[in-house]
Amino acid sequence: MKKIDIAVFVLGILTFLAISLSLYMAFIYTPLERTMGAVQKIFYFHLPLAWIGFLAFFIVFLGGVLYLITGSIKWDNLAYSSAEIGVVFSTLVLITGSIWAKRAWNTWWTWDPRLTTMLILWMIYVGYIMMRNAVDNVERRAKISAVIGIAGFVDVPIVFMAIRWWRTMHPLLITSKGMGLAPSMLTALFVSLGSFTLLYVYLLLIRVRLGLAMNIAEEIKIRLSDKL
Amino acid sequence: MKSLWYLFSAYTIIWFLIWSYTMWIGRKQTRLFKEIERLKTLMAKHDLSE
Amino acid sequence: MRYFKKVLAITVKDLLLEAHTKELTPAMLVFSLIVIVIFNFSFEPGMQNSDIITPGILWIAFVFAGMLGLARSFAEEHEQESIRGLMLAPVDHSAIYLGKTLSNLVFLFCVEIISVLAFGIFFNINIFPILPGLAVVLGLATPGFVAVGTLYAAMASNIRLREILLPVLLFPIIVPVLIAAVKITGSVLQGQPLSDVSGWLNLLAAYDGIFIIVGVLTFEYVIEE
Repeated sequence: MKKIDIAVFVLGILTFLAISLSLYMAFIYTPLERTMGAVQKIFYFHLPLAWIGFLAFFIVFLGGVLYLITGSIKWDNLAYSSAEIGVVFSTLVLITGSIWAKRAWNTWWTWDPRLTTMLILWMIYVGYIMMRNAVDNVERRAKISAVIGIAGFVDVPIVFMAIRWWRTMHPLLITSKGMGLAPSMLTALFVSLGSFTLLYVYLLLIRVRLGLAMNIAEEIKIRLSDKL
Repeated sequence: MKSLWYLFSAYTIIWFLIWSYTMWIGRKQTRLFKEIERLKTLMAKHDLSE
Repeated sequence: MRYFKKVLAITVKDLLLEAHTKELTPAMLVFSLIVIVIFNFSFEPGMQNSDIITPGILWIAFVFAGMLGLARSFAEEHEQESIRGLMLAPVDHSAIYLGKTLSNLVFLFCVEIISVLAFGIFFNINIFPILPGLAVVLGLATPGFVAVGTLYAAMASNIRLREILLPVLLFPIIVPVLIAAVKITGSVLQGQPLSDVSGWLNLLAAYDGIFIIVGVLTFEYVIEE
């Protein structure tokens, strides 16, 4: 086994342990919330999922910028891998948010700024993936992806501002008075944030490696067909 | 009690989706390995090993 | 200064072409009017709070009509293969972007002005007292939409499924413009002063500025022969 294989393996084990710990923290360690009951426990995973969603889309933006500067296809690979993971995680944010909303506000969907911003983000990056399937030229695809990744991420704060002025209903967790959470809940939240970040890094790593290997295989195939 | 059901379904969906995504990556990887094996035999057959 | 002359040259080229063929703008205009009329059918005539819905109808019509224009904005170049000549011209590629954006803007403004007049007639609204307010919102919201739209149209100009992908990619990005424009138009239609919606106006101005910069910086990567 190469060094990188061992690193991926160890990271996988660590991620598994961290996720197990955060599951324990969320279900057993923290007390039951008084008004909302058990459904409040979704929150320990909902918020980290949202954080990973934003982080993943930020990496898409970063990968796009680096690709346009350096022209190296590996940055495009990073951006695309991150977009894919970001779409998976933001889908989960929407679903868990929806389940929470059904219990808390008795409706599957509310047009509140964070939920709606997430939905718009989700649409932008689903479009990004659809576009990638429609372009065959590797270089052109990378360039278009980079520009969409940049424009999409730049748009996020503006979308958020616009929708916040438009309507608001989400529970405000971080207010001027400080966090509205018990200390044990806060610990569980941070453990969960950390372990989901690990999960993201792990998934990104295996996805990026797969993408690189696929690029190399593609190159070999082209060279072979030239020779034969 | 109803609250627990909501919680349960949310967690099931989360882990199901992340699990299937990981499996999907794994499947792609297996296919790639097979492809590389094929290329290797092809290269050996035509004595093109670089 | 020289740079802006080049930008204007590209804009004038497009406007002259349109003046000769008269293909795009009439089609956009008819489409915009059809959208306004069609949407009208989906609501009860003489509805109580129609002034809540009408700004939305107006902007949906503009966005759809604009989408038609944008989708065609690079089609001519690709069909006639004149895009290569345009790219070989001794100008920075961002000048092509600005020139194209400007010509698309002129087309859409023409469509919007006539649509607003028709809209006033259809919905029985006396638009003349609120014309300055409408001019401000059209003048601020349209450039942002067209700036992103021209960039995306250049990207989509020669990929598969472009007719589908252009709206799929573009609509989510322009959500802020749509929200702000609808809010401001609603307030203008109710005769409120523009100072009530200064926050929205700032948002539109910021959007315009940001996306024109993004377009200028990234256009050279997406334009292709």
